[in-house]
Amino acid sequence: MSLRSSERYRSSEQDRLFKRLRRTLVSSLIAAPVALSLSFSTTAQANSEWPTAEVNTTGLAVTDDTVKVGILHSLSGTMAISETGSVEAETLAIEQINEMGGVLGRQIEIILEDGASDWPTFADRSRKLLRQDNVAAVFGAWTSASRKAILPVFERENGMLFYPTFYEGLEQSPNVVYTGQEATQQILAGIDWAWNEKGARSFYLIGSDYIWPRTSMKIARIHIEDVLGGEVVGEDYYALGHTSFGSAINRIRLRRPDMIFHAVVGGSNVAWHRQLNAAGINGESQNVLAISVTEDEVLGIGGENVEGFYSAMKYFQSLDNENNQAFVQAFKERWGEDSVIGDVTQAAYLGPWIWKEAVERAGSFDIDKIREHLPGIEITTAPEGYVKVHPNHHLWSYTRIGKWNGDGQAEVVWESPEMIEPNPFPEGYQ
Amino acid sequence: MSDFTTQELMAIFAMQGFAGLSFFSVLLLMALGLAIIYGQMRVINMAHGEFMVIGAYATYLFSTFVSAQMPWMMDYYLILAIPFAFLVAFIVGWVVEFVLIRHLYHRPLDTLLATWGLALIMQQAFRSGFGAREVSVRLPDWLQGSYRPTMMIDIPINGLAIMGLTLVVTLGIAWLLFRSRWGLRVRCATANREMAGAVGINTRGVDRLTFALGCGIAGIAGAAFTTISSTGPTSGSLYIVDTFLVVVFGGAGSLLGTVASAFTIAQGQSVLDFFIGGSMGKVITLLIVVAILMIRPQGLFASKVRR
Repeated sequence: MSLRSSERYRSSEQDRLFKRLRRTLVSSLIAAPVALSLSFSTTAQANSEWPTAEVNTTGLAVTDDTVKVGILHSLSGTMAISETGSVEAETLAIEQINEMGGVLGRQIEIILEDGASDWPTFADRSRKLLRQDNVAAVFGAWTSASRKAILPVFERENGMLFYPTFYEGLEQSPNVVYTGQEATQQILAGIDWAWNEKGARSFYLIGSDYIWPRTSMKIARIHIEDVLGGEVVGEDYYALGHTSFGSAINRIRLRRPDMIFHAVVGGSNVAWHRQLNAAGINGESQNVLAISVTEDEVLGIGGENVEGFYSAMKYFQSLDNENNQAFVQAFKERWGEDSVIGDVTQAAYLGPWIWKEAVERAGSFDIDKIREHLPGIEITTAPEGYVKVHPNHHLWSYTRIGKWNGDGQAEVVWESPEMIEPNPFPEGYQ
Repeated sequence: MSDFTTQELMAIFAMQGFAGLSFFSVLLLMALGLAIIYGQMRVINMAHGEFMVIGAYATYLFSTFVSAQMPWMMDYYLILAIPFAFLVAFIVGWVVEFVLIRHLYHRPLDTLLATWGLALIMQQAFRSGFGAREVSVRLPDWLQGSYRPTMMIDIPINGLAIMGLTLVVTLGIAWLLFRSRWGLRVRCATANREMAGAVGINTRGVDRLTFALGCGIAGIAGAAFTTISSTGPTSGSLYIVDTFLVVVFGGAGSLLGTVASAFTIAQGQSVLDFFIGGSMGKVITLLIVVAILMIRPQGLFASKVRR
């Protein structure tokens, strides 16, 4: 998804991230001597087992007992609202890895950079992380625009980026691991569900007007019309920030779709849902399936306005498995009881774990070596259940349908029977 | 469409008419403040959107305060929040005129640049003050849902409320302009500034009041917007384009022109929206506006005053 902003309206929200980051800094200062003394013996052992000269032949920021990684997200600007959750999840994962003894006996140090919602700044910061700091991996980017801006830097400097957002696909780079779903995983499964479980034969497609919704709807239309033999009775795009959906809602009334399939983002999302509700279109009278609504968005839209609507995602906070319960509990302990965890936040949490696994399999921090070991990596402790890295650097994943409750949480009503293979260049869908 | 009864089609057309009216009141509310400032002083206020955001944040603060201190008032706070938003934006507008605008009256291009700079400063101030996350207020229950005159027609109450507010504000401005002392002075200064000064009208004072009033009305628009959408530091820039379009198309500086222009654009876009969809509807609306402006550069209604 390339430009989305969700809203949270808690009063002290603004300083939350900075306070937390400050707290992290303080607590790591306090914890450092303890960690050092605890890990002294393992460090010594690690060094003989994994000598720095052997695990790092390409001049990365790896010492006998530490390794530096970068986190690159927007901490300021319009996108900070969406990217905060990812920073929190990545930080949590790294802290947990450090508690378990780090990677190859080395504690992970985070260099936090602010992309400031500005794509050239993202490119600039990633250049700094890769050239000056020589970080071993970068967890970051959120919008497709920021990813496209830093991609050439990562390919030229041979860095490794872990990208958390679900996105439009049509990309595959040896220097990126995509931990969110690409478009087909989310959309095809979602539409198949609507077709089989809800008996939907006619669809109304609506989205904000930029690349992610347009690419997604293109895939959706081809799937509905050519593969399933259904009908698309309308396709609409509205500029970001558009707030008058009256005409669109009347068109929907006129066309009577079995299912509204939407990717509306940002402030428009609030207007869109409020107006749907005011028009008497709610979970009882109409099937609505979203690919842009996660727990983060619902916080701003208001649970009562999405009640009974559906989202197609790979992760919901309410997911009922042991991994997820532990993750939600740890996340809330670390970042506050009020935290909500959306799909992208969970995907961001996977990044550091996949990297750790790849490094340990390779026995090296070198980018070229971990790349060889990336395909086939399995994370059995993932909150979403279980993930496996595909040779195309995307993840195998289940797609789930969540039905929203009034309290802002979703109840999972359906899960794809098998893991869905990631296919960023779907044949016949382009 | 054959499986629709006439009654159902009528209901949909009625609701479509309302959707157009509702969009019209939103556009008008946004454009009014800009129109009176431009009409009086020929200052194009590029920070107009940010004054709307001030109003929105004022409403947000007010609602946070009320829900914390006086929860029993939550059902009615919006009625008080709107004057509060007006007051905050009015005061900021007054200060801005005093500190910045009045020094630039003889350099219209510079006011454009100065108010644009101001807009950027204000955006950053919002970001530092309120954070980057978008905020939205809780709507009282009576503003949600819809009014059903018949079984098939749903008229959103929120839209009705905004139409009412726009009507009140527009009539208020019309009364101020054409019936009050201040309005008389404004019209004098617009017609002939030197002459107005010569007969003892404090034209500078009139300017300041007009600018502050325009900003205050933007504040009201912002307050109304919090009931539709959410507000972030850069929300203002999303609304400014539509606002300019209305003012320019209407014939800058004419109240009637602004009303007519908002009506034309809103109904046009809303009908096109209905028949050919959102993005193409907007494109065609813009093309028509451009074509009309090429034929009639002064806009729909030009004010017949000094050039």
